[in-house]
Amino acid sequence: MSTDEILSFEEAMEKYDPVLGFEVHVELNTKTKMFSSAPNVFGDEPNTNVNEVDLGMPGVLPVVNKTAVESSIKIGLALNCKIAESCRFARKNYFYPDTPKNFQTSQYDEPIAYDGYLDIELEDGTVFRVEIERAHMEEDAGKLTHMGGATGRIQGADFSLVDYNRAGVPLVEIVTKPIEGAGSRAPELAKAYVAAIREIVKNLGVSDAKMERGNVRCDANVSLRPHGRERFGIRSETKNVNSLRAVEHAVRYEIQRHAAVLDSGNPVVQETRHWHEDTRTTTSGRPKSDADDYRYFPEPDLVPVVASREWVEELRATLPEPPAERRKRLKADWGYSDLEFRDVVNAGVLDEIEETIAAGASASVARKWWMGEIVGRAKAADVDPGQLGVEAATVVELSRMVEAGKINNKMASQVLDGVLAGEGTPEEIVEARGLAVVSDDGPLLEAIDAALAAQPGVADKIRAGKVQAVGAIVGGVMKATRGQADAGRVKELILEKLGVTA
Amino acid sequence: MAAINRDDVAHLARLAHIEMSAEELDRMAGELAVIVDSVKSVSEAAGDDVPATSHPIPLTNVFRDDVVGHTFTAEQALSGAPDSDDNRFKVPAILDEA
Repeated sequence: MSTDEILSFEEAMEKYDPVLGFEVHVELNTKTKMFSSAPNVFGDEPNTNVNEVDLGMPGVLPVVNKTAVESSIKIGLALNCKIAESCRFARKNYFYPDTPKNFQTSQYDEPIAYDGYLDIELEDGTVFRVEIERAHMEEDAGKLTHMGGATGRIQGADFSLVDYNRAGVPLVEIVTKPIEGAGSRAPELAKAYVAAIREIVKNLGVSDAKMERGNVRCDANVSLRPHGRERFGIRSETKNVNSLRAVEHAVRYEIQRHAAVLDSGNPVVQETRHWHEDTRTTTSGRPKSDADDYRYFPEPDLVPVVASREWVEELRATLPEPPAERRKRLKADWGYSDLEFRDVVNAGVLDEIEETIAAGASASVARKWWMGEIVGRAKAADVDPGQLGVEAATVVELSRMVEAGKINNKMASQVLDGVLAGEGTPEEIVEARGLAVVSDDGPLLEAIDAALAAQPGVADKIRAGKVQAVGAIVGGVMKATRGQADAGRVKELILEKLGVTA
Repeated sequence: MAAINRDDVAHLARLAHIEMSAEELDRMAGELAVIVDSVKSVSEAAGDDVPATSHPIPLTNVFRDDVVGHTFTAEQALSGAPDSDDNRFKVPAILDEA
């Protein structure tokens, strides 16, 4: 692998203006494939979710999946696109073993959705509008595994094994117009854009949107031009950048690489680049050539898709609230500060907190539990907080027990551990672990006497009016009762005993 | 005559992965030109009032409900494969990624 020269990002930004473009492929989560009734399921045994249509056998006829069309229209609407009154499919012809028909059924001159936009909010709140050129329907290809060779990469492979389970899975490809004016925020914008697309399709319920499974895949186009020049530079297309972090890094790296090429006086080669997560660099794929002569022509086996305005409006009426608007609404409703809300969003517990509040907790209690207790446990278990198995009702029950003085916060945390360990409901765990707060004054008074006797100086201070010193005695009592005492009641009793009013 | 020269045919042959001899390229260049001209006569017959179509049948929205139908077993799927391994089709390594 050759190592390309790169310029520092700052220097590249001083000299050049980046222009971006993205092609994001979204796999739809329909039950069946785009043109066949074979199941659309991830992770099954190879070549078991296929039939004659997916394998491109002679004489077979594709039939369009209606749900996939509806999902595509929903995506188009969510991206503020126009929906074509009539559109058709086309054959994109190429030879490669991941495509058994020797063509991919796609859309070419008549995409189902076009001329949209998406407002992307950057981390500091700046809103950047990305124009959408088109969103079109197509099908996924099979999965190739390159065998032999040293690296498992295609270079040096001896042969490849093909699983066609993914062949024919419905895809929507979303293509942006050239994105100008992002400047040094280009890498951040790239990440935010792909994150927004992922969020939208997940929110629409049309895709599982798991990047690690390839449900959302990004090809990133980057070109540079000197500041002040209108004409675009020559672009590279970095393929299969499949995590949000990688999108940001790949765009940044390509900007740095292009800048070094241009600085040396050479033209950038228009080519495909492969992203390598391990080295965080790209390498040359192949130059654009004859192989890109796809000889598109209208698919003769499929008839046009006509989206009546009634149908489109019916679908529009089913769209959920857009994620960005929802966030604005929730932040206002919950009264969180900017920082608190950002932490909640970054921790990925927006849905969970919303559910917990709906189940009866206050906004601050819900945040305290999710951010203070559950997120940390999820991190330790290396799962998403939502997947830890904490029900909103459990959080509400725990916080009610604390508010009722039945258990204290420390015990509630232990009860949560019990719930996660499958020991039962909070109430059962409190019972089984004997975690009730000691509120019978008898044993408390004994412990208080002992604590006061142990720290006579502190008792004197309190008597003299330094009420805040009571903490030391409370601490002693809590220690003696192994944390089972109701700290509030202990404080009351101490002050009563010493004849001080708080 | 439509202008289909020998280079055009060679280019198409390469794209279509068809090996053609020098004589075949020469002959096909002439024949393809005749075929293209023949097809072109359609556009002469149709006036400006006839919209272009990509489909002869006046049908739209032929859809299938999203209901799972039949599948092959891996064994059936691979029954016509020249070579296979680990329930997958085995193919030569091809560097040029599409």
